[in-house]
Amino acid sequence: MNAKINPPGYVSPVGQPLDRVDGHLKVTGQARYAGEYPQAGLLFGSVVSSNIACGRVLRIDASRALQVKGVVAVIDHTNRPHVASYDKDYEDADSAEGSPFRPLYNDRVLYSGQPLALVVADTLELARHAGSLVRIEYETDAHQTDLMAAQGNAHTAPAETPKPRGDFETAFTQAAITVDACYSTPNEHHNPMEPHASTVMYQDDGSLEIHDKTQGTQNCQDYLHKVFGLEKDKIRVLAAFVGGAFGSGLRPQYQLPLAVMAALHLKRSVRVTLTRQQMFTFGYRPHTLQRLRLGATADGRLLAVGHDVIGQTSRFEDFTEHVVEWSGMLYQCDNVQLTYKLAPLDVYTPLDMRAPGATSGMVGLECALDELAYATGVDPVKLRAINFADRNGNEDKPYSSKELLACYEQGADRFGWSQRNSEPRSMRQGRQLVGWGMAGGVWEAMQMKASAKARIDASGKLTVSSATTDIGTGTYTVMTQIAAEAAGMTPQDVTFVLGDSSLPTAPLQGGSFTVSSVGTAVQQACRALRAKLLDAVRMAHPEFAVVDMEEVGFGDGCLHIRGQRFSYADIVRASSHETLEVQVDAEPDEKREGYSTATHSAVFVEVLVDEDLGTVRVNRVVSAVAAGRVVNPKTARSQILGGVVWGISQAMHEETQNDQHLGRFMNHSLAEYHIPVNADIGDIDVMFVEENDDIVNELGSKGVGEIGIVGVASAIANAVYHATGKRVRDFPITLDKVL
Amino acid sequence: MSETTNQAFAEHAIALTLNGQSRQLNVQPWSTLLDVLREQLDLVGTKKGCDHGQCGACTVLRDGKRVNACLTLAVMCDGAELTTIEGLADGDTLHPMQQSFIKHDAFQCGYCTPGQICSAVGLANEGRAQTADQIKELMSGNLCRCGAYTNILAAVEEALPQSAAKASAVSEGGIDA
Repeated sequence: MNAKINPPGYVSPVGQPLDRVDGHLKVTGQARYAGEYPQAGLLFGSVVSSNIACGRVLRIDASRALQVKGVVAVIDHTNRPHVASYDKDYEDADSAEGSPFRPLYNDRVLYSGQPLALVVADTLELARHAGSLVRIEYETDAHQTDLMAAQGNAHTAPAETPKPRGDFETAFTQAAITVDACYSTPNEHHNPMEPHASTVMYQDDGSLEIHDKTQGTQNCQDYLHKVFGLEKDKIRVLAAFVGGAFGSGLRPQYQLPLAVMAALHLKRSVRVTLTRQQMFTFGYRPHTLQRLRLGATADGRLLAVGHDVIGQTSRFEDFTEHVVEWSGMLYQCDNVQLTYKLAPLDVYTPLDMRAPGATSGMVGLECALDELAYATGVDPVKLRAINFADRNGNEDKPYSSKELLACYEQGADRFGWSQRNSEPRSMRQGRQLVGWGMAGGVWEAMQMKASAKARIDASGKLTVSSATTDIGTGTYTVMTQIAAEAAGMTPQDVTFVLGDSSLPTAPLQGGSFTVSSVGTAVQQACRALRAKLLDAVRMAHPEFAVVDMEEVGFGDGCLHIRGQRFSYADIVRASSHETLEVQVDAEPDEKREGYSTATHSAVFVEVLVDEDLGTVRVNRVVSAVAAGRVVNPKTARSQILGGVVWGISQAMHEETQNDQHLGRFMNHSLAEYHIPVNADIGDIDVMFVEENDDIVNELGSKGVGEIGIVGVASAIANAVYHATGKRVRDFPITLDKVL
Repeated sequence: MSETTNQAFAEHAIALTLNGQSRQLNVQPWSTLLDVLREQLDLVGTKKGCDHGQCGACTVLRDGKRVNACLTLAVMCDGAELTTIEGLADGDTLHPMQQSFIKHDAFQCGYCTPGQICSAVGLANEGRAQTADQIKELMSGNLCRCGAYTNILAAVEEALPQSAAKASAVSEGGIDA
């Protein structure tokens, strides 16, 4: 951006707390989600699910359902359209290793809740009712759904965990101070407010236009192409609005192929929406069992870090996440040993869920650090600062930036940490025990390949597009800001278009890499558009034919050259084209290769614990985040607020409970699967520390979707210990464990 | 129900005021207000998050009071005055609560938002939330998985007085509430 070209007082749109550009549509109910597109003659599908965990289907009796007037078809493995036979055709951009689940493929039942039939009817109510009339006979096999019971059968996860370094066993054995503790985290389900839905619009030419709840329109398009053998140009997947996902939309979920099966079978348009109960019948954050062994000098310097994790997976895929890596990279330590195993169960494959791996693994590490703080008598903040690492020991690379010390300092200051009496049970507020705890957080700052198109028209309006999505993160808004800055315009003249598989290629929306990946593509596309605009001026004005790009300024919607200004609208009008358009493919800069890139945080928590009842209230939280340049402080703060609420939820509420006898999740409703309500949330103070990073990407921005949750649950557990003197190591921290 | 579903059930004719307009509707006796709004009338701003009255995404205003549309049979709304999220704005002028939600970034994905806003307007009509803690408690029937509660509180706190004033102006204007 050539700032001198802009009027006095010009402020770049990047860094401004712009209101969401899609806000008006969302507050007026005009934003349509996947299951909300009407069409005359649309059919409705209702999924019939397995009620055994393991076995075979002997017979599906749909006769009563088919007698219901208005029921059009009941589709199961015996009458579905042809689908692919090879595993690779079912793989997608977020697949786990193994054989992906194939909906309605054959008679095998792999988990309780598995879709076994789809009832298709004229109305939603008829489909749902008729579904209740379908009778399924099974041959039932014994199942195992209990990780605790199956941990002995765990095998090494097919993941590239960092190689051991130094000599952990010796260093741990000889350390002056040691901590050896086991922690567990439960299964959790994403439960976005919008249930998964797909509306498949069957077109006259047999092509499909699909509104799907997804974090990757092209991932779904590719999946359908392979599974059903349809040409890609016959499948268009759209996702203009996504009612939350948190990872649940990373893989194509089964309602999509089921709706497509029905549409192909009947040559009609079909919608399938899952019930809330069925939202518990696919991916989830997996239960983990963890052992942390820390060895340190008497003054708190880490000598040995050992982190062993067993996670659950399905019988058909080995789901892996980065669960132990953090223990080898957040702190300086020469002797590190990380192991990661998986135990297969008769369950569905787990799935990435907000800050996958870090959310679980950092529970072990950051609670153990707190135990070490008490064992050494070193303040928890100071302990972490002593062990600060400016290199990632796993990769032996320096961090491109890591303002974690500033997070500790500024967060502690904001929280008032210096007033803390470290003695457990020493602080009170009336009948409540007061606990102050803290923890650190870390998440990778990744960048993927992405493409974007920029087009400017004769009215001077810029449209930028990419096939990414906006799951509530604010993508529409921040991309508008990035485009406006790069093109030298105001955001009001920019429209960002997303959620359409026919747009330029974008990666899945996940991992906090959308700003980094798609934002870079948007920036580069708008930069390339500047060159197009200059070319057009050169053509129209021969006196500028040899002018150099260096002499030209772009700002305020105008190209500025040797004292003259040409509005973009005029430039387009004077050209021989209706619009000027450019598309770019962006990829991570080579200079990233020599560095490790990550976001960091320090989380400070105050809990109030009722001594008699064991109830814990998270009264206030300070989250200090280092994530590079913040594109929009308003939406970025919202991301961190949401992450903190998720952390509170992880610590205090969430747990999908298994009935091991039935092999089934039993609290599969929003009444029994607890997430926080408004009254559960106290004061949350978000601060972004200044972090300059010209290596991570040209925007200098790292992404904030995950970092907000990481460390929060540990900070709460540590605060509960400070309040009560009781270490709760099995999450969530329910009152029965505190009493 | 059983196979006898094949027999035609009598549809019920109901008359109601929906977002300020008189409507005559034929509804099935078992249809929820939520399904009628979404599937019959294409008013999809009212969201289905659980269909069990557990999440509040389907909150609408019936005679000024907030109700879960998924727990309300459509036939129960004969003669009622209903307001959904689509009926809150006055033309292009947003309701103060809608404006406040945008200003405070009180949503992310937007799926719980119509329910939150209708619930907050209902809360203003009730006139019983005086403090931040009361707002939080009385807005706790509306789940937000994105975790926007801090901003929802800020938005409701700011817009509550104006919304309450608007509600009393309407009721003084003679609309049966």
